[in-house]
Amino acid sequence: MDNLLGFFSALVNPDFPFVRNALVAGLLSSILFGVIGAVVTVKRIAGLAGAISHAVLGGIGIALYLSATGKVAGITPMMGAIVFAILAAAIIGVVSLKAKQREDTVIQAIWAIGMSIGVLFMAKTPGYTDPSSYLFGNILLISTKDLVLLFILDVVVILLAWRFYPQIEATSFDEEFAQVRGIPTQRVFLLMLSITAVAVVLLQTFVGIVMVIAMLTLPAGTAGYWAKNLASMMALGTIFSAIFSFGGLAAGWMLDVPVGAMVVVIAGGAFLGTAATRMLVTYSRRRTLHNDKS
Amino acid sequence: MSTVPIALRFSHVSFSYDTLAVLEDVNFHIHEGEFSALVGPNGSGKTTLLKLILGLEQSQKGEVRLFGDQPKKNKSMIGYVPQHITYDPTFPISVLEVVRMGGVLSTSRRSRASRDKAALQALEQVEMGELAQRPYSELSGGQRRRVLVARALVAGPKMLILDEPTANMDAESEKRLFDTLRLFKGKTTILIVTHDMSTVSSLTDRVFCIGAQKPGQKGRTVVQHSLEPMDNAPAELYGGEAKRVLHDVELPADYCTFDGGANNG
Repeated sequence: MDNLLGFFSALVNPDFPFVRNALVAGLLSSILFGVIGAVVTVKRIAGLAGAISHAVLGGIGIALYLSATGKVAGITPMMGAIVFAILAAAIIGVVSLKAKQREDTVIQAIWAIGMSIGVLFMAKTPGYTDPSSYLFGNILLISTKDLVLLFILDVVVILLAWRFYPQIEATSFDEEFAQVRGIPTQRVFLLMLSITAVAVVLLQTFVGIVMVIAMLTLPAGTAGYWAKNLASMMALGTIFSAIFSFGGLAAGWMLDVPVGAMVVVIAGGAFLGTAATRMLVTYSRRRTLHNDKS
Repeated sequence: MSTVPIALRFSHVSFSYDTLAVLEDVNFHIHEGEFSALVGPNGSGKTTLLKLILGLEQSQKGEVRLFGDQPKKNKSMIGYVPQHITYDPTFPISVLEVVRMGGVLSTSRRSRASRDKAALQALEQVEMGELAQRPYSELSGGQRRRVLVARALVAGPKMLILDEPTANMDAESEKRLFDTLRLFKGKTTILIVTHDMSTVSSLTDRVFCIGAQKPGQKGRTVVQHSLEPMDNAPAELYGGEAKRVLHDVELPADYCTFDGGANNG
């Protein structure tokens, strides 16, 4: 209890701006996780988002190496991440649209190759670089400038989701019908992938690759059990994501453990718990029906 | 020849995927208000032909005309009822929202109120108005198919195309579906694509069979066959009255005596 009180007093303590920034970052990224996560989930492209987010490590590794060895001055990990995210999204987008047969192989290859390039370059980077710091990130290191970037992306994503909601819904539900209605489904898909890639880059430098992919799928997946439509799935996903982020931050603070990993564990627990409860309810309903009939 | 305007015309159409010839020298036409069936076994090129009509593929040779223009330009006049076999039952969506999708525009947004009104009207037309708020995944296969018909009707199409509308459907659902289609017979051009080669609904004016190969050709073509009423067909088996396809009586693919429905019904 004292720990919890300590967490709340840290939140309002002007000497600890990083705790407040972490909370605001959690809330701002919840909008991205909720809205993009719902689309990723119903469009079943979580694998694609996973590949992009992991391939980004390759760009980070190369950028760290080039900067530390002085070969390219001023290059930041985020620049490397952006290049790799765009490359990965372009390759995956083209392969998904043009060559369906080998889609899964290419996605896994990009996932593995991107990460491996990252590890190789980090190993050759002067000084010590821990790849796991990029896997789990550290939300407590977030700056006010980062928060502004997050806020801008939130506004862009909300505007796009609102403006093109009917097209996103139709493309995700029945792509063939959407095409017949004249919706440029390929462009909508590439736009979804690009927005996901941009969000992944921005989010993963704050909260880490593992948390990004977990939070793009788990809150939306949990929301899917309750949501009546795609819009409510986006809204519920955002609320769940905010709760998980807040819970993870508080628990991380109180138990003195990494916040990112804590958020993922809470989100995963909620998702698996909901899924198990739903399965039990369906099973018991079927049994009751079966018993009534016999 | 009929004086009723032509809704769809295939003139010497050939289509191939890379080196695989699928369709070769396909010629046939459908008049406005006509109720036609396109039948053929699996792998005969039905889906390809459908994609050409819907403007999702372009023929390499010949010409497809939909209401006098390229299908790509006029495809919004089509109300398409797909099989939708890859449907995801976990997708959260209500019946009304599925139907509302039928009025979606390519990139712009329309007011929700006007789309809701049109969607409810279409649901009433297929007698499913009371299920508007239900989750789509809770419906039976037959109900879902009628919801997809309502979705196709929302935009007020000049032509309805149904892909395998009775697949995996019980006789009662099939009858209800054809009862709905009966309401549109003569007013809307209707084309049903099916793999059931032997019988078609009694509503059918003309039947086109896909799958035959002309001598010396690799791709399939379309031939028109004659129909005869089946007096003894058990209605519960065919979802209402049926007609038998006479595969041994071949009519020229462009032959027709369609009179706008005056002698049909």
